[in-house]
Amino acid sequence: MGQRITIDPITRIEGHLRIDCEVDGGKVKKAWSSGQMWRGVELILLGRDPRDAWAITQRICGVCTTVHAITSVRAVENALQLEVPLNAQYIRNLIILAHAVHDHIVHFYHLSALDWVDVVSALKADPDATSRLAESLSSWQGNGKYEMRAVKERLKGFVDGGQLGIFTNGYWGHPAMKLPPEVNLLAVAHYLQALDVQRKANKIVSILGSKTPHIQNVAVGGVSNAIATDSYSTLGVERLLAIKGYIDELADFVKNVYLIDVAAVGAFYADWTKYGAGVTNYLAVPDIPLDTKGTKFALPGGYIANKDLASFKPIKTFNDEFWVKGVEEATKHSWYEGSKALHPYKGETKPQYTDFKDDGKYSWLKSPTFYGKPAQVGPLSRVLCMLAAGHEPTKKYATAALDTVSALAKTKVGLDAMHSTIGRHAARAVSCAVQVDMLADQWQLLVNNIGKGDVTTFNAPVFPKGEIQGQGYHEAPRGALSHWVVIDNGKIKNYQCVVPSTWNACPRNEKDEPGPYEASIADNPIADPERPLEVLRTVHSFDPCIACAIHVTDTENGSAITVKAK
Amino acid sequence: MRTVILGIGNTILSDEGVGVHAAEALRAAYDLPEGVDVIDGGTAGMELLDPLAGVDLLVVLDAVKAKRAPGTVILLTGKEVPVFFRSKLSPHQVSICDVLASLEFAGDPPKDLVLIGCEPLSLELGTELTPTVAEKVPEMVAAAVGQLAARGIVLEPVGRASARQQRSLSA
Repeated sequence: MGQRITIDPITRIEGHLRIDCEVDGGKVKKAWSSGQMWRGVELILLGRDPRDAWAITQRICGVCTTVHAITSVRAVENALQLEVPLNAQYIRNLIILAHAVHDHIVHFYHLSALDWVDVVSALKADPDATSRLAESLSSWQGNGKYEMRAVKERLKGFVDGGQLGIFTNGYWGHPAMKLPPEVNLLAVAHYLQALDVQRKANKIVSILGSKTPHIQNVAVGGVSNAIATDSYSTLGVERLLAIKGYIDELADFVKNVYLIDVAAVGAFYADWTKYGAGVTNYLAVPDIPLDTKGTKFALPGGYIANKDLASFKPIKTFNDEFWVKGVEEATKHSWYEGSKALHPYKGETKPQYTDFKDDGKYSWLKSPTFYGKPAQVGPLSRVLCMLAAGHEPTKKYATAALDTVSALAKTKVGLDAMHSTIGRHAARAVSCAVQVDMLADQWQLLVNNIGKGDVTTFNAPVFPKGEIQGQGYHEAPRGALSHWVVIDNGKIKNYQCVVPSTWNACPRNEKDEPGPYEASIADNPIADPERPLEVLRTVHSFDPCIACAIHVTDTENGSAITVKAK
Repeated sequence: MRTVILGIGNTILSDEGVGVHAAEALRAAYDLPEGVDVIDGGTAGMELLDPLAGVDLLVVLDAVKAKRAPGTVILLTGKEVPVFFRSKLSPHQVSICDVLASLEFAGDPPKDLVLIGCEPLSLELGTELTPTVAEKVPEMVAAAVGQLAARGIVLEPVGRASARQQRSLSA
């Protein structure tokens, strides 16, 4: 009889997540992913003015506030078929991209690196050797030996002072930790540098969004930023130049540090390219609109079936029927009435709680499908879709990352390795490099457009009598996010959010097929059932925006061990 | 000297958002002198690293589950605060705890910390506070203003400073 491991949540940020695994013979045999909180935001929105929905929906999630604001206004604009001025698209694009770059850097260095990096081992590193290694890989100016010596000293003081306990997610000395001390020290140095760098991305969001967290500048029909090149109180030359300065600093870090660190970690954990593929139907929506109607995008998206890039079918516009008709949500294993999959416009939210039933209903999350199939969303889907679409910048950075891994691992590592736990981290870094370049492009487009004398940022919405419906999508850092709204006489009649974590963390669907988390955890090795770091590695590779505490129950003697984890 | 008054909480889960409501009430009632910021932190985590880096005094307003009667206002200062967050009594301890840990590691932690919490009655969906908790918002605001005053930072109610300025101009 195997052991049952339960990973249960402790925050209510975006909704609780619980993961259950059956472990036998040092491997996960079967997994269940369960959303433990009913996120019925639509109940708050019913009857409200659709122009207010973005301000409310951005409170759904504490980690990705801007994404819900953007998606909500897009949904209402789609219902009205309202065009958005070019300046507003560019300003939104800058916010979207700066947020994405911020999110990816913070996810790797501050929220998931400690799954792979043993901070205590870094104390055994030779700082000069660390510096030599780093300088052989990158021209980044923060890799010098004096820097590495200083970081080691600081870390030593921190550990000696007993302060390491403030990290709630450390697995120091776990047998699955494989990095040499020098690589661990390098990661700690870059952890600290990333703390400083991520602020630059946040500053871009605050300058344009007027406030962060919770941007204030979006509106149905555009943005509320006033543009005037000769004024200090509006978006003028001074602020635009400040933004450009931050973009350049971010680009340096992402290309010369993040992309290389991920490749280095990947090379030392090459065995993790064999685990965690899970659901290999990949869905990504296009984003970074380049026109007022949403028919041209800088970032392509679409659908890949069963990891075959040749099967790629693009999603082309904000109105694309291929997208709009493909999405359904099943409730057979969810705590809602009924079991038939429904389209989000027809979505029902009638709770039917049954307790956790392994073969029945076990989650508050619905199970989204694309043409009846479960689909993975997120950076890996995004990167694979961009590659399939022939996106040149993505090819460039994906090739660079795989070449670095191959050189360090001394064996040829190809694209197939991306369908894995470590592949999701690599894809996130590749996506980040593509997006940081796109940030510079969008800045230039905005400056050029203002230079032509266009200062329009808003088209006023007018709501017709009767019923209309619309959907807005956004390729958020964690993947495809969509809001679906039905508006009746200018008031919200139905509102459904299909969020990335629902696509990935969903329970089994109508046909009992497991969702991406569930499928990806199966077959993961478990070195120490009391500290199931390996399960966390795979779940964290999706960047779930929740924190978890793990309760491991040993079914034989009934003892429970709690290990906190993030 | 930089002071941040940080309201945290989820404003669509009724009393969960009391910290944000209290921060907004303080902002509406007082003129903020140079160097004092009020931040609506929502449920944000790492996004708060930048605004919280290197502050001299951080006053956190939050909903806290301390097994007291709903509406009970509690006050913790200095070293008690991180310990409190670590023992998982606040619904937001993970993100704010991680932010404080990262700032500590980066050598940029708040020099002085105060937590003013209120025990929630309801965490159901809703944008309004329950009356039990809503009536405690002034007490939380007064506690925050008192903590600042004890450190020599005096906040003037809105209008008073400008009225005095008016008088001196007309004199």
